[in-house]
Amino acid sequence: MSRDKTMTAEEVVGRLESGMTIGIGGWGSRRKPMALVRALLRSDVTDLTVVSYGGPDVGLLAAAGKIRKLVAAFATLDSIPLEPNFAAARQRGAFEMTELDEAMFMWGLTAAAHRLPFMPVRAGLASDVMSVNPSLRTVTSPYGDGEELVAVPALRLDAALVHLNRADAHGNAQYLGPDPYFDDLFCEAADQAYVSCERIVDTADLLKDSGPQTLLVKRAFVNGVVETPNGAHFTSCVPDHDRDETFQRAYARAARDPEAWRAFTERFLSGDEDAYQAAVAAFHEEEA
Amino acid sequence: MSGSGTTTATRAEYCVVACAEVWRDGGEVLATPMGTVPTIGARLAKLTFSPDLLLTDGEALLIGDVPAVGARAQVVEGWLPYRGHLALVATGRRHVMMGAAQLDRHGNQNISCIGDWARPERQLLGVRGAPVNTLNNPTSYWVPRHSTRVFVERVDMVSGVGYDRAAAAGPSATRYHRIPDVVSDLGVFDFETPDRTMRLRSLHPGVTVEQVTQATGFALTVPDEVPCTREPSAEELRLIREVIDPKGLREREVPTA
Repeated sequence: MSRDKTMTAEEVVGRLESGMTIGIGGWGSRRKPMALVRALLRSDVTDLTVVSYGGPDVGLLAAAGKIRKLVAAFATLDSIPLEPNFAAARQRGAFEMTELDEAMFMWGLTAAAHRLPFMPVRAGLASDVMSVNPSLRTVTSPYGDGEELVAVPALRLDAALVHLNRADAHGNAQYLGPDPYFDDLFCEAADQAYVSCERIVDTADLLKDSGPQTLLVKRAFVNGVVETPNGAHFTSCVPDHDRDETFQRAYARAARDPEAWRAFTERFLSGDEDAYQAAVAAFHEEEA
Repeated sequence: MSGSGTTTATRAEYCVVACAEVWRDGGEVLATPMGTVPTIGARLAKLTFSPDLLLTDGEALLIGDVPAVGARAQVVEGWLPYRGHLALVATGRRHVMMGAAQLDRHGNQNISCIGDWARPERQLLGVRGAPVNTLNNPTSYWVPRHSTRVFVERVDMVSGVGYDRAAAAGPSATRYHRIPDVVSDLGVFDFETPDRTMRLRSLHPGVTVEQVTQATGFALTVPDEVPCTREPSAEELRLIREVIDPKGLREREVPTA
């Protein structure tokens, strides 16, 4: 029997250090490991390089001043196109940025997972991605075509944080929605990876209602498993829960005004995860 | 506004048809519209002259039917998660219609930020997939409000690559680079000029050349004779009004003056 890797969100954050490069799974405002991000917000860990198909994970970490450098192609709330905390942080020059194209990002993660120094891609050439990242290099095909392509460097991570629908105690993790995003790649590109999930189940129950292709993340790439029901809130985690659009609107509204943002953090982000979930429940009672 | 009794098409409906035309003769490719009017246009193209088009539900599924905008598809014909979508771009079997915060006369597009990139005046989306899109599959643009703020001499951050930049970067950049069309609320534009700069191809009814040139921040090529954008047929109007957009969302993106 393989190891039991269950732990708390606090234990996950206890394994992270300031200055690390942290990859965060999901996409935009979809299946983000928000409970782990919230635990990170409560910790002293800071000065991070964050690698993300950015959503409110980036927004919250930016607002808390924990990002030294962001590696991303965008940050968005999907139903609200602009992530207000990310935008405000960029506009006050709060962190450095490596702005990559979405495909360059994917191949950079792939290179890291494959232990390659780079991957050749037809993307970025001729765009200002090359000018704002002067360290990017091109590579010439050694074959007859002689094409010059961008060599996207491996996006190697110190740690990855992802959230899936189900996992077993050993780190086998399963997605039940329509899109795996890149969570397996994040885990494989990282020296340590932590999976939070809606529910931990027995290994034998993982395939009770689904096919083997739902088993996205393999335990060999996972160091810790955390059960965090509603842990992707307020991002979507279908079919367990949709995005909480009402709450997301409240988040975005608060982020546009310093006074409202102080009240928002006081109300929702000053306690632990249980306090957060209770505050969200109270918020919905008020809204109803 | 969307009453099926009128036969006169609104500006928004001309825009829908102009967007649909982007996907004519494209073959069996994925149509990726961004924005309401292009979404209606892609669905109109599929229901009429381009039945082979592939469409997504906006998430990870290829849909086998053509639902109204905002409605759920009843038939799924394929799976296209983000990793598959990004890989599909590289095959070229896709024609995307993106938006643009800024667009210059060479077709360079910006959706990333306004002002100096190092510390933008206004952070927008980021470059997203514009760099990979423009180098790999046909990329057209939709601008719902034509103005000198969008049609600029120089864009602040080249996200989508234009003809001049692609040419300067060499054969790997130009090999699959193509910007077939730009559709705005005033007209249709292309790059069918000797130096591959933007040309006015057609005017929507009621729009004058002067209106377009005044709303454009660079020198636009204007042919001696500028035709009108094609009129929607009665059947197209019925499909737009009754099948694809019964709630009239198109009129919110392009209001009737």
